[in-house]
Amino acid sequence: MPEPYRKTLVRQVSQHAHSEIIGMQPEGNWISRAPSLKRKAILMAKVQDEAGHGLYLYSAAETLGTPRDEMFDQLYTGRAKYSSIFNYPARTWADVGAIGWLVDGAAITNQVPLCRASYGPYGRAMVRVCKEESFHQRQGWEILYTLSHGTEEQHQMAQDAVDRFYGPALQMFGPPDSDSPNSGQSMAWNIKRFSNDELRQRFVDMIVPQAEALGLTLPDPDLQWNEERGHYDFGELDWDEFFSVLKGNGPLSRQRLEHYRRARDEGAWVREAAAAYAGRQHQEQAALAGA
Amino acid sequence: MSFASHDSATRQSQGEAITPEEIASSDAVADEATARYAMILGDDALMLSQRLSSWISRAPELEEDVALANIALDLLGHARFLLTYAGTAWGKTEDDLAYFRDEEEFRSCRLVEQENGDFGRTIARQLIFSTYQHQLYSRLVHSTDPTLAAIADKALKEVQYHQDHAAQWTLRLGLGTEESSRRIQDGLDSLWSYVEELFLDVDPIPALGDVAVLPSSLREDTLHRLREAIEAAGLTVPEMSGAYGSDRTGRFSEQRGYILAEMQVLARQHPGATW
Ligand SMILES: [Fe+2]
Ligand SMILES: [Fe+2]
Repeated sequence: MPEPYRKTLVRQVSQHAHSEIIGMQPEGNWISRAPSLKRKAILMAKVQDEAGHGLYLYSAAETLGTPRDEMFDQLYTGRAKYSSIFNYPARTWADVGAIGWLVDGAAITNQVPLCRASYGPYGRAMVRVCKEESFHQRQGWEILYTLSHGTEEQHQMAQDAVDRFYGPALQMFGPPDSDSPNSGQSMAWNIKRFSNDELRQRFVDMIVPQAEALGLTLPDPDLQWNEERGHYDFGELDWDEFFSVLKGNGPLSRQRLEHYRRARDEGAWVREAAAAYAGRQHQEQAALAGA
Repeated sequence: MSFASHDSATRQSQGEAITPEEIASSDAVADEATARYAMILGDDALMLSQRLSSWISRAPELEEDVALANIALDLLGHARFLLTYAGTAWGKTEDDLAYFRDEEEFRSCRLVEQENGDFGRTIARQLIFSTYQHQLYSRLVHSTDPTLAAIADKALKEVQYHQDHAAQWTLRLGLGTEESSRRIQDGLDSLWSYVEELFLDVDPIPALGDVAVLPSSLREDTLHRLREAIEAAGLTVPEMSGAYGSDRTGRFSEQRGYILAEMQVLARQHPGATW
């Protein structure tokens, strides 16, 4: 395998894995306050799935020769990137719905083509991940639908969440093609199959009718059907905001990383204990075999 | 089949999902005393699930995020069955009972209400509670109340996994490093005075006969199994008497109020709303 191909692939897969891990935080923050036991169970299962996705993806990246601890370290030290969307706060219960519908929805749009990516273990991990992401999207949509059709306050809560998450969700596909340095090479290698703008368009075309069904509006006055193109036209996104968040100035960029670091730091003694125990078991078995 | 339990990829325990909706729509209606018993069991499961779930995204290893979420999810499932069944006595739903009861109306034991502390303390609590719960459900499967027996049957397989998970970690921490052994021993020491409360025959259990399992009848086997697991890990079974106030009323606990304040806040801001 050519080294530049391997490097690009490890970067893509590990960034995806990091996004799953950091992505547990915004929604995890609502598990304790979920407003019904059924919603609590669904949300807990969802966040657990994201941890599982992180696990498969780190394993896929490991098959490319980069150890898991090295990837953890990259995230820990802030050298690794993850999806900027998770640096936004989940302030209300409706945000849990908006994240499921828009963020998991954008993730699916990004990831479904990757199920046929040129590197087998990544493609196979993605098949499993995508199957679960579509349940996640559906549960988010259901949360919003229930809120939108609930009390006046609940409807407001849903609209406000969609207003805040719409732009950042569209930016999950990355900068415009004219401004995306690595895309061309990745497409040539078939580890990325459609351009940022193509995927963004696909996503907008998908969510416009879904928003109508929800009874909610999307915060873009320029959004309209273009008969000629057979697609929705949409307005310019705030790319200054995007690049600023990307550089680490998101509303919660620091807290997300600190949360991750604290968990790693506080768990260090546990991992040491598990390693010491395993080492001793191993020695005892070796001694038995030698006896 | 519930969405949560069916679709999650990373479940590790063996339990087959029955749903609270199935219990709610069946003809089974609990009598008052049985309902109060189901509430005791359900409240324990709910409080522990609430505590454990805050480990998600904070565990020492990614595998443990998954495992602890899995256990919290199992317990939440048990709580949902039990509270749904309890609610049938008063025409209430699981959510009425979980979100709209006040502190003094809950019947959880203090052990499950204790703060997570570090991983050692959480594992100590898991070991004690899952060992007790395993004994409990192994007997409750013979309940003359068919709904309780069915719930116990589903829960038993899951609790078996919880007990194994806790025992495995107790070994690793007890025999791992000096620090880990000290931390789990500290956990056991700080929680042990709440063990006796598990075995108290509180109202209405003695009057329920073969519908329920008498807590005092679980004491010997539970303590025996705990002693085995603790000593196998090179740790010491704490010697102390039970903390005063073992009546599950909440009158002797400071933790319950904080748990409920967080759990109930949103539901209570919107009484009568659907989610
Ligand atoms: Fe995911
Ligand atoms: Fe997801």
